[in-house]
Amino acid sequence: MFEDFFNVVKKRFNDGEEEYKPPMFKCPRCQGTSPLSKYEELHRVCPKCNYHGRLSSTERIAITVDKGSFRELNGGMKSANPLDFPDYSEKQAELRAATGLSEAVITGTATIKGSPVVIGIMDSRFMMGSMGSVVGEKITRAFEYATEKKLPVVMFTASGGARMQEGIVSLMQMAKTSGAVKLHSEAGGLYISVMTDPTTGGVTASFASLGDIIIAEPKVLIGFAGRRVIEGTIKQKLPDDFQLAEFMYAKGFVDMIVERRKLRSVLSHLLKLHGFYPKEA
Amino acid sequence: MDDKRTAWERLQLIHTKGRPTIKDYIPQIFTDWYEMHGDRLFGDDRAIIGGLARLDGNPVTIIAEVKGRDINENKTCNFAMPHPEGYRKALRLARQAEKFHRPIICFIDTPGAFCGVAAEERGQGEAIAKNIAEFMTLRTPIVSIVLGEGGSGGALALGVCDELAMLENAEYSVLSPRGFASILWKDASREQEASEIMKITAEDMVRLGVAEAIIEEPLGGAHNDLDKISENIHEYLSQKIPEKCKKDIDVLLKERYTKFRKIGAFTE
Repeated sequence: MFEDFFNVVKKRFNDGEEEYKPPMFKCPRCQGTSPLSKYEELHRVCPKCNYHGRLSSTERIAITVDKGSFRELNGGMKSANPLDFPDYSEKQAELRAATGLSEAVITGTATIKGSPVVIGIMDSRFMMGSMGSVVGEKITRAFEYATEKKLPVVMFTASGGARMQEGIVSLMQMAKTSGAVKLHSEAGGLYISVMTDPTTGGVTASFASLGDIIIAEPKVLIGFAGRRVIEGTIKQKLPDDFQLAEFMYAKGFVDMIVERRKLRSVLSHLLKLHGFYPKEA
Repeated sequence: MDDKRTAWERLQLIHTKGRPTIKDYIPQIFTDWYEMHGDRLFGDDRAIIGGLARLDGNPVTIIAEVKGRDINENKTCNFAMPHPEGYRKALRLARQAEKFHRPIICFIDTPGAFCGVAAEERGQGEAIAKNIAEFMTLRTPIVSIVLGEGGSGGALALGVCDELAMLENAEYSVLSPRGFASILWKDASREQEASEIMKITAEDMVRLGVAEAIIEEPLGGAHNDLDKISENIHEYLSQKIPEKCKKDIDVLLKERYTKFRKIGAFTE
């Protein structure tokens, strides 16, 4: 409201002059607009409704782990084309060039306020973070590595689900990753799953939902089936808050909703509560 | 075996009225069938049935997705689209099987997990994830058979096993070809094209390492001869179940993990 008032006043003062229009961010949750610079300054959080927008994996690493501590694992892995799906290889090459990413997840080791972790960050810019062979393999290897080294895993999920272009092979990645999570768990390993926007489909129905602790960022989308699919089934519109983090929290599928600015600190505390202290301490 | 059928023709065939369902097969293959009900948490999903029976005189646990044979049955079993409580019932019965050292036989026949408000509210994703992870380390042999449709995560929730067999005309896919066409091309009418491109047939599954065996159907499809198709399934199980039961359980679990571990196509 204050902003509106301010804008009216500003407009009157500027009457007759060419108005400077800063680049704006339109929030997909509240539909409100704010200056893009403000949104970026908050690390992509909507200043109006607190929707936590999508971060690139690079940005996520920068705000989560200790500076310079990240060491990537299996960085060069690229997907083949198991079904010989038309244009799939070309599409990937284009995306690799455009995003600088090799695939939809980055995995590695790092420290968070000194505590050692194996970390995975999915990146929605690469084919909507969908899980195909490479995502499945990298996540599986991350858990296997963590099991071997007795390390905790922190996984940031962001995915539209299975990678359609890899068909049944992508479905099987759900079994592969979940199996690796299970073995890590049976060995006593700690797994913290952090659900970010969006966490859906085959990723929700596999490793994302298997954390010992499940954290979600505010207002992010979490679900199994797509909203349009459900609306098609029930032939009515769903309420706006359906499948948001707060909805899943109320239904008992999320342990806590944590704001981005507090996440690093919360992760650090949780790691220490499980005995993962900085090496020097 | 009619091996010349296209994926699309097979899809038509498995949707033929009169194609046998698990309800037809149980009395043909097993004895002493006792159905068990409920997940002990919420309710009893009729899209998945489970219980005890004997195979060749030996106790087994059966867990199966149920297709209806007519509209009334389909109303009851929700067209074989389970809710979370169905998967949770399956897991409860699977753990019971593990406790009493019974092998588990899963029959997969579903278009997919149900997509609805109640399913989301009760954690469809969590229920499927939990089954996949838990089945991976259940200390008892598991054999799964796809009877007709193996749709997506809803199929995989009963599909983590030591060996997977496909009926000759059955399909297994990441999503129904219709859904696939509508997601990828925003055009559901390109269903047939999708079915051919997706690699969903029994032969594709064996080639991709997803399935180990194909169970032959009578000429023209399973609906043409229930006795014959039941006999073929029975014969397969009579061979496989004792074979898996004889194995050291730790070896079996390692092989189960490896079976899924090696699926994927990538370069480094």
